[in-house]
Amino acid sequence: MKGSLIILSFFATGLLLGIFRLFPSDILQYNTSFYVLCALMFSVGISIGNDPNSFRQFRSLNPRLIFLPLMTILGTWLGVITVGFFLNDRSLADCLAVGSGFGYYSLSSILITQYKGVELGTIALLSNIMREIITLLFAPWMVKYFGKLAPISAGGATTMDTTFPVIVRNSGKEFAIISIYQGFIMDFSVPFLVTFFCSLK
Amino acid sequence: MFIVIGCMLAGIAVGYFFRQQKIRSIHKIILALIWLLLFLLGLEVGANETVVRQFAKLGFEAFLLAVGGTLGSIIAAWLLWLSVRNKSLSK
Repeated sequence: MKGSLIILSFFATGLLLGIFRLFPSDILQYNTSFYVLCALMFSVGISIGNDPNSFRQFRSLNPRLIFLPLMTILGTWLGVITVGFFLNDRSLADCLAVGSGFGYYSLSSILITQYKGVELGTIALLSNIMREIITLLFAPWMVKYFGKLAPISAGGATTMDTTFPVIVRNSGKEFAIISIYQGFIMDFSVPFLVTFFCSLK
Repeated sequence: MFIVIGCMLAGIAVGYFFRQQKIRSIHKIILALIWLLLFLLGLEVGANETVVRQFAKLGFEAFLLAVGGTLGSIIAAWLLWLSVRNKSLSK
């Protein structure tokens, strides 16, 4: 929660400076953000490759629960497609790109801005922050009515960092590994899925 | 567009190659880059009058997509839960 507030404040600061034109106008002319994005993706790659647990952690899983990330992805897509029918200004591919952030708001909004422009990028940022906040706030309710896997699925790509503590508290310690497993798989899939839906017309 | 994905794959290779040394500072670098990029995103949004004028509408669309995506995934997880619940959850 604190992390997303800090991120939002950086976005808000930029927003205000932008509205009042308090910045050297060159910054946006050159592709500054594209190069920073490449540096970011390189660093994200390093953190995945450098973590010995990344590839090892998954042996102790209940075989059926391996499908949880797949359920998360399919469920999210069905949900945003349904909403997409009511949003006349957005194509289904746009809605699916936003949904495929799975709560990973920083990376998905940055990628979508790069491929599709600031308007959809802003939607992606707000939408994925909201998904994280919804998970943090409603995890107990989800467990009560939809079972112990529900908050893990709702948390999407955030289940090994920001929403992890809430999940362990509400679903139980025995779900910690599944939560980390899902977070890892989703973190890894977000760049591919978002890029894929942005490349559709 | 695939340059970006290429950067990540290159990073994975580099990270794996140096897996003996823990690159501890990488998470701080990632955080700093994310802050910088979101600041730049803010600048770009703020400088774009069309987007600023539509901000409330964009926020509302974002909200609908967030609720739709979250509900969809919860229901999918519920189906999986129903199918696993009766079997033992032990490792």
